[in-house]
Amino acid sequence: MRALRPHRLTLIAGALVAVFLLLPLVSVIPVSFTPRRFLSLPEGDWSWRHYADLVNKPEWGQAILMSIRIGVVSSVVATVLGLFFSLGVWMARPRMSALLMGFVLLPMVAPPVVSALTLYFFLTALSQVNDLVGYDTWAGVALAHTVMIAPFAVVMISVALAQVDRRIDLAARAMGAGMMTRVFRVILPNIRFGVATALFLTFMLSWEEIGVTIFITSVNVITLPRLIWMGLRDNIDPAVASISVVMIVLVVLVIGAKTVLEHALKRRGPL
Amino acid sequence: MPSFARHALMLGPLLLFLALAYALPFLGVLEWSVTLPRPGLGQYRTALSDPLVLSVFLRTLRICLTVTALSLVGGYVIALLWVRGGPLTRALTELCILIPFWISVLTRAFGWLALLSTKGIINVWLERLGLISDPLALVRNEFGVVVGMTHYLIPFAVFPIASAMRGLDERVLMAARGMGAGRARLFWTVFLPMTVSGVLGAALLVFVFALGFFVTPAILGGGRSVMVAELIYLNIFQIPNWGLAAAISVILMAAVGLLGVVMLRVIRPAGLR
Repeated sequence: MRALRPHRLTLIAGALVAVFLLLPLVSVIPVSFTPRRFLSLPEGDWSWRHYADLVNKPEWGQAILMSIRIGVVSSVVATVLGLFFSLGVWMARPRMSALLMGFVLLPMVAPPVVSALTLYFFLTALSQVNDLVGYDTWAGVALAHTVMIAPFAVVMISVALAQVDRRIDLAARAMGAGMMTRVFRVILPNIRFGVATALFLTFMLSWEEIGVTIFITSVNVITLPRLIWMGLRDNIDPAVASISVVMIVLVVLVIGAKTVLEHALKRRGPL
Repeated sequence: MPSFARHALMLGPLLLFLALAYALPFLGVLEWSVTLPRPGLGQYRTALSDPLVLSVFLRTLRICLTVTALSLVGGYVIALLWVRGGPLTRALTELCILIPFWISVLTRAFGWLALLSTKGIINVWLERLGLISDPLALVRNEFGVVVGMTHYLIPFAVFPIASAMRGLDERVLMAARGMGAGRARLFWTVFLPMTVSGVLGAALLVFVFALGFFVTPAILGGGRSVMVAELIYLNIFQIPNWGLAAAISVILMAAVGLLGVVMLRVIRPAGLR
């Protein structure tokens, strides 16, 4: 029995906040079915044309492919770099680990707009010496995204490592296991879930990234958020509503599936 | 290979990568701020005395404080239901936190456009009901920015507050109740003071996030209520005055760094330990 259950007024206030949180997501749905070319509500004349646009206009497919390419490259590189670093901190426990950690987490805690300007400076400088990696190139965007998402990989993997029992590593070491054996046969199997989470999270962060991307792209590299941004700035393109509905449905499906799965597992008891 | 070298090989790549791709370029931005268009601290003087820049700083501060206060109230109520509600309330609350949290900032800003703009849902309904003759200006102004940012930041306020509520010892509440404290007294004199560390942590977190906000104010402010991040963007791509953009970035970074130190040293918020 709990000493303090929410009061009825708290429930009402909570319901109001919940409506506030969900309302803008629901309101995208009717707008996406407007038959007109501008942001408006359908008046009985619902149309699928803006969903058809997503398929028929090549720029949407191209933007999605671009986002996937950048997301895959940057999340893999960030997770590998973050994995090496977190393992190094966990195994060596360097004296200045707090300082090192603080440095590595900088892109996560600095205001995104400052990071954006910093990366704009970096990529325009790179553009002066090569054509492949620089301002408004896909490799340049992947590089910038790697900087922004690597701290999240470090956090996720370090959290996973903090739950590993150090004694199993000590035991392996005492029995003569070398560094490679310890990492690949002892530690990694214990944190594989954390590494997978880091990979997924960093991919999602790159997939959604817009604050930095606006600063470092202009006409050549159009990621999906960048295309949506362009559709929102001048004349609002209702195709943005249809892609938004698609994304919302995906998120709701994934979270719904996760919730149902967790409840099913709980009912079955511990594995 | 000695173990020192092996460990350096593991720590090295990310440190080197971030030093080259982040720390060094930031020094470059610092250099811009004191060399463009001419050497000296002129851009800092402009940033701290030009009425236009100062008005943007003031607006940013005003919006951030409003948004922080609103997010804390909303976040506290939601956290209360999430931590202390019955099983069904808890599951529903969790969905209300997680679904917006995973949806992109652009989609969420667009949702508010669909609701609040002149041809948006609220104005159309009010007109159909005959309550208004001209559409209300709900967006492309400060009101729209505050609404959109609060919506984005409530989940971030919930996490530290909920963490403080979870850490609270149930027996303290039992004891207070056993000694005759009523419901209101229990909340105002025991529960709220004991979760205040989470509230402070959430306040700093939300405030720091809000300071550097770019996308939501740019879309919902419609160029009329420019905040500091958009001012940096305008000074790079439209005006352009790179030195001023760099100086404002350095000031923003310093402000956030200062708040970060306060967060870690003085308050030690429960949710961020």
